[in-house]
Amino acid sequence: MNANVNPGRRAFLKTGVMLGTGLTLGFYLPTGMLRRAQASSEIADTFAPNAFLRITPDNTITVLVKHLEMGQGVYTGLPMLVAEELEADWQQIKVESAPADLALYGNLAWGGSAQGTGGSTSMGNSWEQLRRAGATARVMLIAAAAADWEVDANTLRAESGYVIDSENDRKASYGELTAKAAALTPPVEVDLKAPKDWKIIGKSMPRKDSLEKSTGQARFAIDWSLPGMLTALVARAPRFGAAVKSFDAEQTKAVPGVKTVVQIPQGIAVVAEGFWAAKKGRDALTIDWEGGETISTDELFNRYHEWADKPALVAAAEGDADQALEQGVHKLDASFEFPYLAHAPLEPLNCVVNLQDDGCDIWAGSQLQTLDQAVAASIAGLEPHQVRVHTLFAGGSFGRHANPTSDYIAEGVAVAKATRSLQAPIRLMWAREDDIKGGYYRPQYVHRLSASLDESGQPIGWFHRIVGQSILAGTPFEAMLVKDDIDATSVEGASNLPYAIPHRRIELLSTRVGISVLWWRSVGHTHTGFATEVFIDELAVAAKRDPVEFRRALLTEHPRHLAVLELAAEKADWGSPLPAGRGRGIAVHESFHSYVAQVAEVTVQPDGRFRVDRIVCAVDCGIAVNPDVITAQMEGGIGFGLTAALHSRITLKDGAVEQSNFHDYLLLRIDEMPKVEVHIMPSEAVPTGVGEPGVPPCAPAVANALYAATGKRIRRLPIDTNELKA
Amino acid sequence: MISLTINNQLHEVDVAPDTPLLWVLRDTLGLTGTKYGCGQALCGACTVDVNGNPVRSCSIPVSALAGSQITTIEGATGQAFEALKQAWVVLNVPQCGYCQSGQIMGALALLNSNSKPSDADIDTAMSGNLCRCATYVRIRAAIHGAADLLEANL
Repeated sequence: MNANVNPGRRAFLKTGVMLGTGLTLGFYLPTGMLRRAQASSEIADTFAPNAFLRITPDNTITVLVKHLEMGQGVYTGLPMLVAEELEADWQQIKVESAPADLALYGNLAWGGSAQGTGGSTSMGNSWEQLRRAGATARVMLIAAAAADWEVDANTLRAESGYVIDSENDRKASYGELTAKAAALTPPVEVDLKAPKDWKIIGKSMPRKDSLEKSTGQARFAIDWSLPGMLTALVARAPRFGAAVKSFDAEQTKAVPGVKTVVQIPQGIAVVAEGFWAAKKGRDALTIDWEGGETISTDELFNRYHEWADKPALVAAAEGDADQALEQGVHKLDASFEFPYLAHAPLEPLNCVVNLQDDGCDIWAGSQLQTLDQAVAASIAGLEPHQVRVHTLFAGGSFGRHANPTSDYIAEGVAVAKATRSLQAPIRLMWAREDDIKGGYYRPQYVHRLSASLDESGQPIGWFHRIVGQSILAGTPFEAMLVKDDIDATSVEGASNLPYAIPHRRIELLSTRVGISVLWWRSVGHTHTGFATEVFIDELAVAAKRDPVEFRRALLTEHPRHLAVLELAAEKADWGSPLPAGRGRGIAVHESFHSYVAQVAEVTVQPDGRFRVDRIVCAVDCGIAVNPDVITAQMEGGIGFGLTAALHSRITLKDGAVEQSNFHDYLLLRIDEMPKVEVHIMPSEAVPTGVGEPGVPPCAPAVANALYAATGKRIRRLPIDTNELKA
Repeated sequence: MISLTINNQLHEVDVAPDTPLLWVLRDTLGLTGTKYGCGQALCGACTVDVNGNPVRSCSIPVSALAGSQITTIEGATGQAFEALKQAWVVLNVPQCGYCQSGQIMGALALLNSNSKPSDADIDTAMSGNLCRCATYVRIRAAIHGAADLLEANL
């Protein structure tokens, strides 16, 4: 199917277009577009008023999406913004991924410092940008029609892909106007539509990728193929930090289909015709490894608990927490433990690399395109602009593809460089075992919390100390998000505790352990959300107050927290009686500027086994651009959070990961999925993300429900049912 | 050479006999709708139909499949498949979409043996198909929806 692709020759056509700012910037037409365009004689009539959309005479409107589609719905939600302002028909909108280009496609939520997708920023940072892109095109299409018909543009309107002249009863499709519109200079200022006039924003437009993903036609990086391509599997260190002392590839080279074995910085790569030969070849390698980590999980937790007794850096403080803790009538203390977690996207990491003397093409589910580009360029000895990153669908990511070290891209380019004499494109593949064992993980943490209540049950002091590795240390994001040695992502959700407790101190000890770590869907909130929401529940019990009522009284300064709390409680029929063995728990947490509350209902057996029956979720993510996508992300976030609550744990023994595949690194299965009801708060605020915020409240809501059912507090994840035995 | 009947087409493939069907589909024949997720029959992403049964193609060597009728997502046809496809699209089941070929092939096998499955039937039949995006709520709804469509067409 890809026989026509020849990226080494001329994959990109560079043209100059005017942007709204008056600057002429490079505008790249990705390969797919070029191929279609070459088949058409009308390429000159393409209307591309900016880097985000292109209209062709066949009435196709192509929206270029700068973000990775990994399931969160950006290929639907972002084109909706363009279509709304453009007055397009949803059916004529096609979606393409934008190439790596920092100047055009930097993430504005990161100050444009990188092109990438993360922190649930796609909608927020595109909200103005894409509506303006659509509005600019609309104004130009109307102007083109006005000039053609020699009428005042103000007498015309745009609707469903047409410019309409009601007075003279005529209309022109956008496709008919492309050539004339392309000759116009884009306006500097455009008016955006008033919310009352929206026809697409706020509606559950069908996902653009549903059909291709329901018929096996969607193209993931793992499906990309080039003529003569070879597959590479890398044998990596069994212990973190270990290095190759020596290796013997004699038996590997005897495996039919194996082409070569090369050493790269990350390990020993077996390059073969297809996955199976590469895997058999890798299995046949004999490698002597030396050095590396020797740590084990229990030892690490013991060390973390010791450190949690000692003062650490202050991340946030108000009043005098020590004094308030001493003066309280009731004092509570608790410790929490969280394990390392693997992202385990179902599509294992992979990329296709076609390295040539004068450039390099990479096909990947790239989540940090411009960083991946820079890393690839430096390994290949090229300039970044010579590396073309083609972003395909990612079969899940949950943060794993957004690696500041571009680990799997770096491996792919390293193998391609080491095998240049073969003149073959390289598919770099990770087996599932590589993904579970060789990872970048959500760090292991220990939290220590203390709080005090006065005689009326009012909380007066709060102390929270977090011990664990910094995700951002040593990455390009360090300068932006690490201040005074406090990694903001280690304490997010804890340092900004919303509850009105006058005296508080939040501390952080960033540990140094030779285990590679990475952000994992909802990052710091994965653990801070659990610790704070379970502990506040403990305070409610100590105060002999209802958990919803207790929170409500402390959230009067945080109306958006309060509103989702009340909505979830109301929809879950909070307070209605439940039979013995069942329990209901609540949690509310803000992350990435979205607010989510969840009520969990559980049924617990006397032996401690339990089932989560139902989760009621209320979300405030500003303007609900696509309610169905928001609902889907809440459902999925709940399932993701539940996986961590019930199952997932990466443990280490002598520096090596003990788990290897889905038999010992368990994911949630369909028979464990509760009923989920999602309620979206009406809002006029700027839309915020939904990919991550559904995750944090799930596990604490479940733990609080288990307490309600059993009287046993869960302070370690994943939940050990032995702790729930009657 | 091994002869395989895939989607009603006969293919002669020159591969090692121990090669799992999955890699013949993907690497030899370019049928990439069937996915690799675990290689150990633990996730169901590679599910195909062999002689009317759902089979994890990552764990069955091609040497065991001579004379078998193999159907992949690309070759799936019939009322039940059309109903599933329609329900999947209407309910926007896929998120990342990677596991969905396997989910649909699993659901197809279920509907072919039980045209009106209960929630419990669905949970039993589909518990071997992992979805990391946890689209399970919608998978369940879509299977019910497809069953309703099938019933309405009868």
